[in-house]
Amino acid sequence: MSETGFIELRGVHKSFGANHVLRGIDVTIRPSEIFTMLGGSGSGKSVSLKHMIGLLHPDRGCVFVAGREVTDLSEEEWVDVRRRIGFVFQGAALFDSLSVYENVAYGLREHRRWPEERVTARVAECLEAVGLEDTEWLMPAELSGGMRKRVGVARAIALEPEAILYDEPTTGLDPANAGRIGELIRSLQERLRVTSVVVTHDLALCFAISHRVALLKDGHLVAEGSVEEMRRSRNADVREFLAGRAEGVSAPSTGETAHGA
Amino acid sequence: MTSPVPVSRVAALGDRVLALLDDFGGFGLLAARTVRSMSRPHFPWRAVLQQFESTVVRSTSIVILTALFTGMVLALQTVVSLTRFGAKAYTGSFVGLAQVLELGPVLTAVMVSGRVGAGITAEIGSMAVTEQVDAIRALGADPVQKLVLPRVLALTLGVPLLTILADFMGVFGGLVIATQYGISSNFYVQTVLATVNLENFAQGVTKTFFFGWTIAMVGCYRGLTTEGGTVGVGRATTQAVVTASISVFILDFFLSQLMIIL
Repeated sequence: MSETGFIELRGVHKSFGANHVLRGIDVTIRPSEIFTMLGGSGSGKSVSLKHMIGLLHPDRGCVFVAGREVTDLSEEEWVDVRRRIGFVFQGAALFDSLSVYENVAYGLREHRRWPEERVTARVAECLEAVGLEDTEWLMPAELSGGMRKRVGVARAIALEPEAILYDEPTTGLDPANAGRIGELIRSLQERLRVTSVVVTHDLALCFAISHRVALLKDGHLVAEGSVEEMRRSRNADVREFLAGRAEGVSAPSTGETAHGA
Repeated sequence: MTSPVPVSRVAALGDRVLALLDDFGGFGLLAARTVRSMSRPHFPWRAVLQQFESTVVRSTSIVILTALFTGMVLALQTVVSLTRFGAKAYTGSFVGLAQVLELGPVLTAVMVSGRVGAGITAEIGSMAVTEQVDAIRALGADPVQKLVLPRVLALTLGVPLLTILADFMGVFGGLVIATQYGISSNFYVQTVLATVNLENFAQGVTKTFFFGWTIAMVGCYRGLTTEGGTVGVGRATTQAVVTASISVFILDFFLSQLMIIL
């Protein structure tokens, strides 16, 4: 991991009370790659992801974005960094009181002084990119789980970020919708050359889209490599996780890869 | 020899003191960030107006009802009591002063704590536990400017207006009862005006700027620090109403004392 990454975590520690979640994580996310962080529940993958956009701050260690150290930035200083990174939340985190249009336009209104026609055009473009044309005036409560996630992606790409962070993008979705989200992540990376970090315990998604994969366990990064390297790995933690025996792994998506491991 | 106080109890007390200090620190920090957010670009005018409509305008009916019946019962008890001493002519003076100095401001603030303070915590708390507050941050916006500032401004300016309304409704409620006990409406109004001067009125209303600010800040702080899903939202909402109501009573005492000294 000596190469320069678009996002880097260096020796990051994070505790919540007595719960020591991250115990010295080192991760380098290369520009334009899809990097997937696997791990069971409580392994620290979502916490790691939130450090990359400043939603959490490390107790120890450093965070770099685009070569700049962002570890100790104030909330005001983080704004410039966050404009370059989109975040897709696990539960989509759409603003309940705003329509789909207003949700997608939120970042544009905050950071671009565009006339309304241009905002409208950009919102339509983003919704088209996620396959949700003509849903602008629906409210979040009227959307299915899969649609909510896709609106979350549309909102994250509206500002044309250089990186998108996905927190459990397929959790709670049926296989068809999960597959659609995977295709969406892949196509966004291919079309926009956007750096993508995906946190998941969905092995099917991981193997379908990733360029590189890391496995987290108990706050440590225990393995890292390409999909093929992970499949062939003799690391006990990796083999256990891929076989679906690790705590917190959802059984349905692990069946196929368990044989391949 | 066993210790007179179990160590676990001392530790629990220490935890509570630390939690209290943590709350004070967090509250002070939020207050400072709210003031600072006023100078940032994108001042949320529209949100302030929306909050004024949803928190202040929609509270008028409960404030009117509360003040009307408070004035009525105050006049009823006063006129019956004072009649025994042959002093029922002072009913208007008593009702006017009590309503304008204390009952109007405090009861309005308590009603707003219950209706609006609870609503603020429930709404922001729900946003916090569903990561919507984090989503605002992730989009490069400031949750304090988007969520806290509009509510604080709306209530700081709105509670005094509601109090003025409550003052008039309370005095009117007193009038309705006084006339039934042989006090003419003309005499009642004259005694109110002769007793309650502009200074009394201003004293009562001035306190409510602080009440409004406190109710909104407490509601927002509890909302933003909500943890633990829907159960946490319920707990935070209860805490917000209790904290805001008690704060109103405590503030009322000290502000009244300060105003009397000044």
